[in-house]
Amino acid sequence: MSHLRLLAGRDLMAGPEGLNEHHRRLGPLPAGGPELIDLLTRTGLTGRGGASFPLGLKWRSVATHSRGTAVVVANGAEGEPHSKKDRLLMTARPHLILDGAFLAARAVRAKQVVLYVGEDHHAARQSMSMALAERSEEERRLVRTVASPARYVAGDSSAAAHFANAGIATPTSTPPSPHESGVDGAPTLVQNVESLAHAALIARHGETWYRSAGRRGAAGTLLVTMSGGVAGPGVLEIEAGTTIAEAVEMAGGASEPAGAVLVGGYFGSWVNAQQAWELQLDAAALRTRGLSLGCGVIGVLAKRRCGVCETAGIMRYLAAESSAQCGPCFFGLRALADACSRVAERGSNPDDLHRLHRWANEVSGRGACHHPDGAVMFLQSALKTFSDDFTHHPAHWRAQVPGAKRPA
Amino acid sequence: MKKELHISIDRIKCDGHGLCGEILPELIRLDDWGYPIIAPGPIPEQLMPLAQRAMADCPVLAIALRRTERHKPAAG
Amino acid sequence: MSNTLLWYTTRGAGAVTLILLSAVVMLGVLSALRAQSPSWPRFLTTGLHRNLALLTLVFLALHIVTAVVDPFTHLGWLAAVVPFSSYYRTFWLGLGVIAFELLAAIVVTSLARGFIGHGAWRAIHWLAYASWPIGVIHGLGTGTDAWSAWFFVLTAACVAAVAVSVVYRFTTGPRDPLATARTAFRSAVERRKES
Repeated sequence: MSHLRLLAGRDLMAGPEGLNEHHRRLGPLPAGGPELIDLLTRTGLTGRGGASFPLGLKWRSVATHSRGTAVVVANGAEGEPHSKKDRLLMTARPHLILDGAFLAARAVRAKQVVLYVGEDHHAARQSMSMALAERSEEERRLVRTVASPARYVAGDSSAAAHFANAGIATPTSTPPSPHESGVDGAPTLVQNVESLAHAALIARHGETWYRSAGRRGAAGTLLVTMSGGVAGPGVLEIEAGTTIAEAVEMAGGASEPAGAVLVGGYFGSWVNAQQAWELQLDAAALRTRGLSLGCGVIGVLAKRRCGVCETAGIMRYLAAESSAQCGPCFFGLRALADACSRVAERGSNPDDLHRLHRWANEVSGRGACHHPDGAVMFLQSALKTFSDDFTHHPAHWRAQVPGAKRPA
Repeated sequence: MKKELHISIDRIKCDGHGLCGEILPELIRLDDWGYPIIAPGPIPEQLMPLAQRAMADCPVLAIALRRTERHKPAAG
Repeated sequence: MSNTLLWYTTRGAGAVTLILLSAVVMLGVLSALRAQSPSWPRFLTTGLHRNLALLTLVFLALHIVTAVVDPFTHLGWLAAVVPFSSYYRTFWLGLGVIAFELLAAIVVTSLARGFIGHGAWRAIHWLAYASWPIGVIHGLGTGTDAWSAWFFVLTAACVAAVAVSVVYRFTTGPRDPLATARTAFRSAVERRKES
C-alpha cells in the first residue's frame, strides 16, 4: 500500500488539485474546533518549518492568549535555498493547506488568516490564489495573501509577523514572541504549510490512521528534499523513521560515492556519509543524535568534492543573509565566513582555525533570532565532520597547478 | 527572600556603544566588534549598583535586569 | 536684597548658564561620535553631559528667580513660564522662556526615561538641542550689557566652540557600525508595490 498521504491523488505534474477533486478524494472539511488541539497533541505531530516544535503545544499557547482576535499565518516562505517541498505542496495540493489553515483558525479562534508565500514563487502563488477563489465567500473573507521577500530570514516567524504588520521582513526582539503578540498585536500562530496539510488530514482520519504509517517506531509521513549527489534529486514523501540510505535509494541512489551528508539544510549539520546512512528521518530520532530534521533538506556531498570549500560557500551565503540588526551576527558571521574562505583558498593555518572556534563560541546566542545560532551549529558540524580537511587543507592554487610558484 | 536578577540585552537595540563594558567589566566584556558578551548567571549582590548604573547609562536603553535568564523561544 | 546685587546675579547666572549649556551640547556631540581614549572612557562623557545639564538648570533657576524678584524688571512669575507675556523686552525674554522650557522638558523626561520609552525620549532630546541657539539669541537680545566686550567675547567663544563641534559631527559618517548594512537590508526586504 502506498504510504503517500500529502502527495496522494493526481499526478504531481498534472497541475493543482481543484476543490471538487479534493472533496471527492477526501470528503468535506470537518467542523473542527478546540478539540483538534487535543487530537494533534495526542498524535505528537511536530512542525515542519525547521524547529520541529509540537503543534499541539503551539496551538494551545495561541488559543490561550486568543480572545477571538488571533491570527493564523500559513508560512510558505521557504527561505532555505535547496528546499522545494513547500512550493510543491502549494502548487499541487493547495486545498490541503487551506483546509489546515481554516481548521487552525477555528481551533485558536482566529479571525484572520495570512498566506505568506515567496514573491518569486510564481507557480505556488498562482495555485494558492486560484484555490482560494474556489472556496466559500466566508472563507475567502478571512484570508489575505502577502508576498514574502526572497531572503533567508524572511521565513522566521517574527519576521513573518513583522512583514504582515509593517511591510518589512526582519526578525524582531522577543519578548513578546508572535504567539503572544504578532500580527496587529494579536496572538499569532505561525505554522509551516506542510504542518497545516498534515493537520488537515489528521482532522479527517484521526490518530490511529496517522500512526498507521511510519517505520521503526516513528509515526506519520513527512516531505524531504533530496539534493546534491543523487540521481533523482527532488521532493519525496517518506514514512517517518525512513533511514537516509533508504531515502537516497528512493531518489535514485547516490550518483557517485558520497563523502558526507548535510542533514537539515543550511540550518542543519554535516554528518560523515558512513554514519549518515543509518540515521532515521524523524525529528525525535535525530534529536537523540544531536541533529535536527530542520526543513527536511538532505544534501549528499560527493567524496571528490571538498567539504571545506562547500562549507565556506554556505557560510558566505549565511553571512550575507544576516539582517544586520545585531552586531554579533552581522560581524561575527562575516568574520567566520572570511576565515573559512581563507582556509579554503589559501590553506590551513592555526590562527584561522583558532579564530573559527573562538568566534563560533562567542557569536552563538547573541542575536535576536536564531540565524547566527544555526550558522554556528552548521559550522561546528563542519569542523567536526571535515576536521582532517580543515587542519590539512592545501591552498587551492597549489592543488590545481602543481609546481607553480606562489604569487607575490 | 533574595531576588536574583540577570542582565538581559535587547540585541536589536544594542548598537555597540560599549558603556556597559566600561562600567561593569566583571560581568560584561566586549567582543572583537564592541558588542557585549554577558557572563551567565545571576548578578552578585555587591555588583548590583554597577549593574543598575550600566542599565541607566546605556544610550539606547538596551539593557534590562530580569528575574529569569532569557532563553529564546523556538523559531518555528 | 539690593537691586544691584540682584541685577548682577541675574546677568552672572545667565552667563554661566550659557557656558554650561554650550559644554553640554559639545559633550552631546562627543557622545554621538563615540569619542574615547584610554584616560577618557565613554561613561565619563555621558556622566558629565548629564551632570552639567543638571547644573545648568541650577544656574538657570538662579537667573530666572533673581530676574523675577528684581523690582526693576517688573516681571511677575507668570512671565517666567508663559512666553512673550512680559512687558519688559517681550520678544527676547520670550525666547528665554522657551529655551528654559525645552531644557526642563528634557531633564524631566530623562529622569522618567524608563516610563516613556526610548523613542519618545529621543524626540524630546532632539528638540532640546534648540534651547542652545534660542538661549544665545535671548542673551544677546535681553541683556543690557549684551554688547559689552566681555559678554560679546564670551558668547562668540561659546558659539564658535559649539559650531565647530556640530559641523564636525555632521561631516563625519554615522558611528553606528551597522547603520549602512541595516538600511541596505531593510530596503531589500520591504514590501514591494504589486506590479
